Amino acid sequence: MFDGPSVVAALKHCGATHVVWLPDSELGTWEAALTGPAGLPLIRVCREGEAIAVAAGLMLGGQKPVVVIQCTGFFEAGDALRNVVHDLKLPLFLIVGVRNWYAMHDGKSSDSCPVFTEPILQAWRIPYVLLDQRHQVDDLARAYRQAQAEHHATAVLIAE
Amino acid sequence: MSLSQRQALEVLAQHRGDNVVVTTMSAVGIWPELSDQPLDFAYMPSAMSHAPGLGLGLALAQSKHGVVVVNGDGGMLMNLGSLATLAAHPANVYLVILDNGIYEVTGGQKTAGAGRVDFAALARAAGITRVYTCDTRAAWENAAPGALRGAGPVVIWLKVEARMGQKTPKPPRPMREQIERLRQALTS
Repeated sequence: MFDGPSVVAALKHCGATHVVWLPDSELGTWEAALTGPAGLPLIRVCREGEAIAVAAGLMLGGQKPVVVIQCTGFFEAGDALRNVVHDLKLPLFLIVGVRNWYAMHDGKSSDSCPVFTEPILQAWRIPYVLLDQRHQVDDLARAYRQAQAEHHATAVLIAE
Repeated sequence: MSLSQRQALEVLAQHRGDNVVVTTMSAVGIWPELSDQPLDFAYMPSAMSHAPGLGLGLALAQSKHGVVVVNGDGGMLMNLGSLATLAAHPANVYLVILDNGIYEVTGGQKTAGAGRVDFAALARAAGITRVYTCDTRAAWENAAPGALRGAGPVVIWLKVEARMGQKTPKPPRPMREQIERLRQALTS
């Protein structure tokens, strides 16, 4: 799991301007770093689809937001995701926490969230990378830079 | 005395100033007859109920232009949390709710809240202090000059006449073209 200061520093270094979020318990540990003196403007929303809409508005206005949500909310956000990525064709960058990913792979969870996250991303035709304990925050930064360079939506899944 | 959607939008067109105007659903069909300029954004195709969020993002992205979001009561009912989000992030967003009590473009079915939901009270309860309610053209004409300027968020609840037999409108131009026009206008 990446720590908040490292993630915020990496996103800022990449040029991200805002974080729009509705975090889970693991991503939520980044809050102190986001709201601290070296943080990023943090926009708190009430539902994950709303996070994607706010990010769309920011992108229309020339900013470079990052949306941070959990996979459960990612499921809820389908219509906003479809619209922003495929109708408006905006380069949405998502960080999605995948609840119980490790437990599922250890055969210790019946949670359906980690089962459906990747298939749904594939169905929405959104490129993604999954980052787990073997990865560093540089891998997150690399995914961001590639998405910006190629001007397409990308999701980074954080194994939890 | 009553207020039609067209009348509501005519008054908005007179008083929108240099605000961006984001329209949704039935307003998309009427607005181009009243205004067609780069700061107009017909949010269609849209993500259902998410125009307030898009407007908030636009307002936070730049400080030169406020953003008027014309939303329906059906869209508001799908995303009442957007009122709390607007209250939490002060920005010059002017949310105009055209409340006709029906889903107009799907055949005129009543919404779950038709005739009961008080959007002004909901906005105040969410923490928005600048709230206006109008149900006649005269009242809206009187309120609009003040309501559509100054610090946001502002919620303007307009009780309008329902229209039956309406089709889903088409945006005046393709989305790509709309986005290019809007971005050029915001940076010029």
